[in-house]
Amino acid sequence: MSESLLQFKNVSKSYFGNKVLSDVTFDVKKGEIHALIGENGAGKSTLMNILFGMSVITNTGGYEGDVLLDGEKLAFKSPHEAMDAGIGMVHQEFMLIPGFTIAENIKINRELTTPNIVSRVLGKRLETLDMGRMNADARKALDQLDMGIEEFTLVAGLPVGHMQFVEIAREIDKTGIKVLVFDEPTAVLTESEAKNLLAAIRRLAALGIGIVFISHRLDEIVEVSDRVTILRDGEHVATKKTSDTDAVEIASLMIGRKMTIDRVGGSKRKISNEIFMSVRDLHVAMPGEMVRGIDLEIKKGEIVGIGGLAGQGKLGIANGIMGTYPTKGDVVFNGDKMKLDDPRSAIEAGIGFVSEDRKGVGLLLDESIELNIAFTAMQVGDKFLKKTGPFTLQDDASIRRHAIKMIKELDIRCESALQHTGSLSGGNQQKVCVARALTQDPVLLFVSEPTRGIDIGAKKLILDLLMKLNEELGMTIVMTSSELAELRSICDRILIICEGKVAGVLPPDASDADFGLMMAGAKTAKADSVAEGGVANVRA
Amino acid sequence: MSELNGNDAKLGNKSKGLLGSIGLPTLIIAVFWVLTLVAGHFVGISMSILFSDTLKRAGMNGILVLAMVPAIQSGTGPNFALPIGIVCGLFGTVCSIEFGLTGIVWLLGSIAIALPIAVAAGYGYGRLMNSVKGSEMTIATYTGFSVVALMCLAWLMIPFKSPKMGWFIGQGLRETIQLDAVEAAQILNNFLMFKIGGVVVPTGLLLTFLFFSLLVWLFFRSKRGIAISAGGANPKFAQAAGLDIDGNRVYANVLSTVLGAIGIIIYSQSYGYAQLYSAPLMMAFPAVAAVLIGGATASRAKVSHVIVGVVLFQGLLTTALPVANELFAGTDLSEIMRMIVQNGIILYALTQVKRGVQ
Amino acid sequence: MESLRHHQSKGVGEWILENSVTLIFIAFTLFGFMVSTGVSVGFFLSELSCRVFRNTFLVLSLIIPVLAGLGLNFGIVIGAMSGQVAITLARYLEMGGIPGLLFSFAVAGLIAAFCGYLTGILYNKTRGQEMIASLIVGYFANGIYQFLFLFAVGVIIPVAANHPLIKPDGVGIRMTVDLIPYKQGGMKDALDSIYQIKFVHALLIIAVALIVAALVRYYLNKKRGHGYRNSLPALLVNIGLCLALAGVSIHAMVSNSPLNMVRKVPVVTALIIIGLCVFTVLIMKTKLGQDFRSVGQSQHTAEVSGINVDRTRIIATMISTVLASWGQIIYLQNMGTLNTYNAHTQIGMFSVAALLVGGASTSKASVKHAVFGTILFNAMFIMSPEIGQSLFGQAILGEYFRTFMVYGVIGLALGLHVWNSNKKSRIALE
Repeated sequence: MSESLLQFKNVSKSYFGNKVLSDVTFDVKKGEIHALIGENGAGKSTLMNILFGMSVITNTGGYEGDVLLDGEKLAFKSPHEAMDAGIGMVHQEFMLIPGFTIAENIKINRELTTPNIVSRVLGKRLETLDMGRMNADARKALDQLDMGIEEFTLVAGLPVGHMQFVEIAREIDKTGIKVLVFDEPTAVLTESEAKNLLAAIRRLAALGIGIVFISHRLDEIVEVSDRVTILRDGEHVATKKTSDTDAVEIASLMIGRKMTIDRVGGSKRKISNEIFMSVRDLHVAMPGEMVRGIDLEIKKGEIVGIGGLAGQGKLGIANGIMGTYPTKGDVVFNGDKMKLDDPRSAIEAGIGFVSEDRKGVGLLLDESIELNIAFTAMQVGDKFLKKTGPFTLQDDASIRRHAIKMIKELDIRCESALQHTGSLSGGNQQKVCVARALTQDPVLLFVSEPTRGIDIGAKKLILDLLMKLNEELGMTIVMTSSELAELRSICDRILIICEGKVAGVLPPDASDADFGLMMAGAKTAKADSVAEGGVANVRA
Repeated sequence: MSELNGNDAKLGNKSKGLLGSIGLPTLIIAVFWVLTLVAGHFVGISMSILFSDTLKRAGMNGILVLAMVPAIQSGTGPNFALPIGIVCGLFGTVCSIEFGLTGIVWLLGSIAIALPIAVAAGYGYGRLMNSVKGSEMTIATYTGFSVVALMCLAWLMIPFKSPKMGWFIGQGLRETIQLDAVEAAQILNNFLMFKIGGVVVPTGLLLTFLFFSLLVWLFFRSKRGIAISAGGANPKFAQAAGLDIDGNRVYANVLSTVLGAIGIIIYSQSYGYAQLYSAPLMMAFPAVAAVLIGGATASRAKVSHVIVGVVLFQGLLTTALPVANELFAGTDLSEIMRMIVQNGIILYALTQVKRGVQ
Repeated sequence: MESLRHHQSKGVGEWILENSVTLIFIAFTLFGFMVSTGVSVGFFLSELSCRVFRNTFLVLSLIIPVLAGLGLNFGIVIGAMSGQVAITLARYLEMGGIPGLLFSFAVAGLIAAFCGYLTGILYNKTRGQEMIASLIVGYFANGIYQFLFLFAVGVIIPVAANHPLIKPDGVGIRMTVDLIPYKQGGMKDALDSIYQIKFVHALLIIAVALIVAALVRYYLNKKRGHGYRNSLPALLVNIGLCLALAGVSIHAMVSNSPLNMVRKVPVVTALIIIGLCVFTVLIMKTKLGQDFRSVGQSQHTAEVSGINVDRTRIIATMISTVLASWGQIIYLQNMGTLNTYNAHTQIGMFSVAALLVGGASTSKASVKHAVFGTILFNAMFIMSPEIGQSLFGQAILGEYFRTFMVYGVIGLALGLHVWNSNKKSRIALE
């Protein structure tokens, strides 16, 4: 292990005044496997975007601080410059062409060619492909990864683990590769495929390549990395030698208690023992948030929180129950078996849903606030309509009245009830979504990412509103959020979802370490006992 | 990726100058038309005749353009398969003549016969469109073409005997059928017709057009209409709100086909002839261009777009013909202009479509 | 990612569905043979041979856009119009023979390259809707073409009013223009007549050439280590068919059958067509061809890998348009008459239909599809009056039926392709 290969020195980044990285400093040595861990929004993706010169950084004012490769300052303006300098990335989403062979994918846009008569006249692009040499190079790269598969096999139909290896082979085939970044590589792999991958990574490190290993899986980090850097809320918390620390310490450093939102209310709340909704073996096919079998029981009048790291499946639960993605399983609500894959019946049963995708699923951006608010109640509940002759038309007057009431109650800042929701600020858009759900008079409300992208003041307002709905109207609320602080502030208990399954249930005052371990899916003895304890509490 | 604060507020401040609120295509065509009118005045063509013709052409094409609105609002894109509805309407026309109906009874009979056929055809077509989401426009075009070609066979083989329609020798129907033989030529146009200072106003025709426009406008303020519009604007939103998007799309396409059927009947009576065989082949394109000129896009269309668009487009074409003939004798410049303007507008609209890439 | 996981097991049912278009056409042609009364084999082969040599080049020009992900390029109409402008110019300057041909190819190529560039930019702006855009741009260009030919010529561009090309009133070009036979210094048959051989001889030569080519390819694949690309059963089937073909031609030559009277085959035209086939195969083996394939399969991956997707698509469009312009010149010199305002309008559709009939789809096309499709499509074309006569009792019905088949084929192929790709992109529950 020699001097530093890659160095981040005091790197900071702000998006329009919103600081996402402050003063991050760490380094990666040659031949080192350096893990990078942090919650959602900790700054890992931003750091990688800076490293690769992505346009989302260069177009928004660049960054402060320095990034050095082999001692030289970098300032990449595009991913291609980064690649040319020897930095490679294995993405979560494969950049492969299924109809090409492995060799063709490895060599894409770097094909080896031989000149011919025409190319001497019309240019390099008309040189003939030298499939022989390309296959040979591909073979070399595949052998380095100990992959026996033939280089002229088509990529389509390969198992996912193999495809990832083709991605890696592509990167190491690039001459002069110095640093290789892996972004959550084992997320899509089976256990044995993951083992193979880790072995391959060790082999690559042994060749002198510096590896940046971004993952949330504490077991893997502990098993394979030499050092680990923990980021939290854009700040560098610590860089430790993996042998000097353990999963528990890493987990608690990852969560840390930085910002608390004080627990609200609590006196007038009535949580009955009656089970309102029971979910058994729920599977949801939501791309990026797959749910792979969860059980859940919700008591009437309680506020349940669902948390976990991004991509682990927490957002899939509400979406699955509401029927927006293909779902399988048993859901019993209020004594009746619920029909799945049917948003209409969920709404008719009295369940409201505020989606995490505010603009995509939650709003009609080119329509007025008043129509957005009234929409679902009108379509499913037949409200806000009046019969004129043979037609059932929209009742403008009642829509307007109701909208004005909602605007006042939720303090939606707008020019008028006719303003298009697309021109509202994020916070106000969220309030319109909540208003629409409330207009349906639901008895159970699913809210996903209620305060994402909203400033502190508005955050508190929305959380207070949810608490008020629960206290005054007895509304049962299930809140899914990636911000642990807000879950801790109003929920009675918090489920943590990892790898599409329930990792455990914790009370809001459980320790940071407990949360961190559960979110990272660590399988240490300590984590197991905490999880069991948490679940046992609920089942009582 | 988390939303950035302050980013969204900027959307509301988008400058809405004259261009933003009226739209480039509308403006260009309007300017063009005015220039042609001015040229016409200088060349000595009677303005009142030009306006009379404009009103007539707008009225007669109006319902065909109206058929675009349900299709566009539902997210299926402009109805390039309008010929399907047109063919249903022509079939109703022909049956009506065969049954010996004349005058206004013929008109109502045609609509009555065409309606159930158009509903059935629209249903099948709507189901087809649901299975080819993302490429509706291309497939609609060829479906329309295929149906017209198939009907060519039908027109030739149909065992109708009315001498007003058949070939003199051999079986099958003529290409063009004169409607004054059933006392149906211009009956709507002449109904309550009046003149203002030389301009002939075909009241009946315009009233019919406005009546159907009103119906469509009312429909899109009904529960079903709002649901259809939402499904077209944001399918994810509609699905999460429990709407039956596919069912609504079929409904909208049925409406569009029915309007096409009614539209051709109105068109034919104003023209005075029912044109069979390959005449309907290209009839979708002027209707699509008209609604786009009125300010619609491939995904949003309002009734006001229809009225503005059909007046501007037909106005330009009607004015250009005599003006061009005066200025450049011997060439059918207006037909060339139609090809360029009509297809140019559609191309422009296609460049504005923000669909997904493969 | 999930979509990459799906297994590719093809049952018989799926094969039939994928090739349904080809099968329908084969069925109808065979049906036509069975019910035909007045069509002799000799007449049929003469017509077929003539049409195939006239049209194949145009169909071949469609291949590259399909491979580059642009779908079916109905915009070859624009290339055809460029070819017509060139031929009209040659006719006006009273050029003929080989110099006339070379002049036409050069002028057409230049105009087509320019138009192809503009069309390529349009396709980039209408990403995802290229096919309907190509359809509409064809109509649009037709408007401009008519503006040029009906109006600009005479009014803006001064021409001699008594030229046989120009309408009697001095404005615009006539509806039909006869090309002067090449023997009299004109363009008609200028290419075809350079060298011709008897049909049966050509048949024998082709059969032998195909056998040799198949054997050579088999051997080369083995030698270069691409043994995995060889398929012994396929090779044997191919050789068998060619031997049968050779046998037929030898038999015909020896036994003085009516096949000897079939129209002669234009060798130079055939060589040019073969040249384009070879060109298409070779260009796909270059870096540019690989870029076409990359862009055609995944624009996103190609972009991320550093390929200039926009530019690659424009190049593909330009090549296609230029080839179409030359194809139209070949077509016109064979027809002998320039149908000024109609010759090009159906070309796009018929060529696309022919390609599809040969088994291509909106994302997959090869030289085999083009050649086979042209033969099959034109065979059905020739038989359709017969089919009409026997099925419906009127020959004209056969023509209407043919038009229906053309539109239907394209609609069906488009629909099947979209339906299939929509099906594949659904995510499975885990």
